Amino acid sequence: MRFCWFNLMPWPDLPDNFREESNSVWVDIPQKYFDPRRANAVYHEYMDQLEFADACGFDGIGVNEHHQNGYGIMPSPNLIAAGLARRTSRAAICVIGNSIALYNPPIRVAEEFAMLDVISGGRLVAGFPVGTPMDTNFCYGQIPALTRDKYLEAHELIMRAWHEDEPFAFDGKYNQLRYVNCWPKPIQRPNPPIYVPGGGSVETWDFCLDNDYNYSYLSFSGYKAGKMLMDGYWNRVAERGKDLSPYRASFAQVICTAESDAQAEELYSEHILYFYNRCLHVDPRFADPPGYRTIKTIKAGALSQLRESRQKAFAELTWKNLVEGGYVIAGGPDTVRERMEDMIKGLRIGMVFGLFQMGDMPDWKVRINTQLFAEKVMPQLRNMWPEYAGDDRWWIHPMEDRVQPEATFAERLRQERP
Amino acid sequence: MRTYGITTRLGLDGQVRQYGESGPAVVYFHGVSGLFAEEPFLEHLADSGYTVHAPQWPGYGEEPTEDRLMDMQDFALHGWDVVDAIGAHTGDKPHVMGLDFGAMIAAEMACLAPRDLSKLVLIGPLGLWLDAHPIADLFATLPYEFPRLLFADADLGTSLMTGGFNFEDPKAIEAFMISNSRRLGTAGKVLFPIPNRRLSKRLYRLCAPTLLAWGAEDRFIAPQHFAPAWKTLVPHATVVEIPEAGHLVTLERPKQLAVQVAAFLDH
Repeated sequence: MRFCWFNLMPWPDLPDNFREESNSVWVDIPQKYFDPRRANAVYHEYMDQLEFADACGFDGIGVNEHHQNGYGIMPSPNLIAAGLARRTSRAAICVIGNSIALYNPPIRVAEEFAMLDVISGGRLVAGFPVGTPMDTNFCYGQIPALTRDKYLEAHELIMRAWHEDEPFAFDGKYNQLRYVNCWPKPIQRPNPPIYVPGGGSVETWDFCLDNDYNYSYLSFSGYKAGKMLMDGYWNRVAERGKDLSPYRASFAQVICTAESDAQAEELYSEHILYFYNRCLHVDPRFADPPGYRTIKTIKAGALSQLRESRQKAFAELTWKNLVEGGYVIAGGPDTVRERMEDMIKGLRIGMVFGLFQMGDMPDWKVRINTQLFAEKVMPQLRNMWPEYAGDDRWWIHPMEDRVQPEATFAERLRQERP
Repeated sequence: MRTYGITTRLGLDGQVRQYGESGPAVVYFHGVSGLFAEEPFLEHLADSGYTVHAPQWPGYGEEPTEDRLMDMQDFALHGWDVVDAIGAHTGDKPHVMGLDFGAMIAAEMACLAPRDLSKLVLIGPLGLWLDAHPIADLFATLPYEFPRLLFADADLGTSLMTGGFNFEDPKAIEAFMISNSRRLGTAGKVLFPIPNRRLSKRLYRLCAPTLLAWGAEDRFIAPQHFAPAWKTLVPHATVVEIPEAGHLVTLERPKQLAVQVAAFLDH
């Protein structure tokens, strides 16, 4: 079982009346709430936490891409990942991911991911999301009905750029490049492990299975609500005649670990409610542009988790609802471990993207949560899938003798001291 | 009214409604909202002595999205392929007419082949963008908001658009989302995120007599801003505004619109 410590990088200063005062946390979020001088400390705090998670023994540290978004101040996760590649040398750097349809041309992703893989010594996990409608269509202007087609072409271009050893011409519908010659290439050959985060489009399942990519269901509704969708995914895996290795799938889960259940509520509830009440306040106008979801997906009932009815539900959630509904796994170490076991077995996943920093949670609480989980919970969960113990098909294969820049830096400081 | 099937030279199958049996041919390209069950404007025009052919855009019916139509050039050439398949320009050149999205494509068709049509009628056309007057984002409009945007009388609009559709019923919402996804998913290829595919660069080629018709109270593409912009680019165009009508003037004041259009075509 593997654990990735994931930071969405939420903006921590949305006011109490954000819902009433603002139309949406995403796309047209009011500029007045962002303070670049304050953000200087926020970015460093969040990057410190990712480095701390590496030190605590998490298998991966994770970042993602959102645009014009109050719960994610990370339009370029590759910048953050580059910083992490310099300051860590152990954990996988999971960029989940780059919205490949948005890069013009998408060869940019092949290059930047290759750079990250090389700088980190082969520690990159590469995520290829189709992208949310908010980011892809409303912020970045891609045509909804063509988004998936453009994504598929970008994917083809990137994979060929990584795999082919000679320059080639690429005559696509959306990209025409006379000389594709990816330079540098990634260390991990033929390519870093690929994770495809999805919100429930049935087409994404088949895409993952066609290519043997990890399917990562990223939801904020927790493991109980995710069960039906993941069952659908596993049925599809079986139908396609693929093996049922749990490492084919990942799930994002909010986790709050304390010394006791009561302390978990005391420490974390206000920050978790900040996230659900304010950060998920997305104008439903931006949640489902016609043409983005296929008719097949609409008919499968996999509608956006940001629809108006769900939004309303998010706003009215209490700590008790959140914990009982499985949105949040919270409590003392034993409770968290039991719930995690339910989740891991129930969803049949080999990797958890754990959300330990949520909303406006201050650094010291994030560290308590992270450290307690790493010390008292994670070790108990390591051997959840003994029959798949050696399955590293969806994991990094770093260089043995890679540079350890953070160690080098400390060493140099010691030597330079008089 | 009768409905018949066509197959274009490219091999796209489609349905065409025909209003009227005799008189000069008018090809009407429907707007973003698709063809409504009743199209009283087309009926009135047929009664005035025209044969109106109203093809449905690929993607608007039950068929899957048409991948062969990706951009404005594809849509405009498809428009002419449809005119060919209808047989509407075997004799006299047809009149070409369209509403909003259909008008945008009709104008593009007329720029491509300016001598292949007799007259051009653009009703509440999309296709131009004015920074000072950004039009509403159809793709970020919730179902219940459409009637107020598209009709002068929102209550009348609701009943005309929905035929008793209940926005509280989840099944009805799903059905609406599927049909809306078909319609706007297709139209989005030439309208998203800004309905401007540089038609303004090509409008100088228009030479057919042109009528620009608007509902005077169009809140979606306001004539007070957009009529002058079109008139600047197509100086020979005639502009008419139909009072007490919003964007979907074809439904809200069909008779008055038909009178104006017939007068223009007869002239």
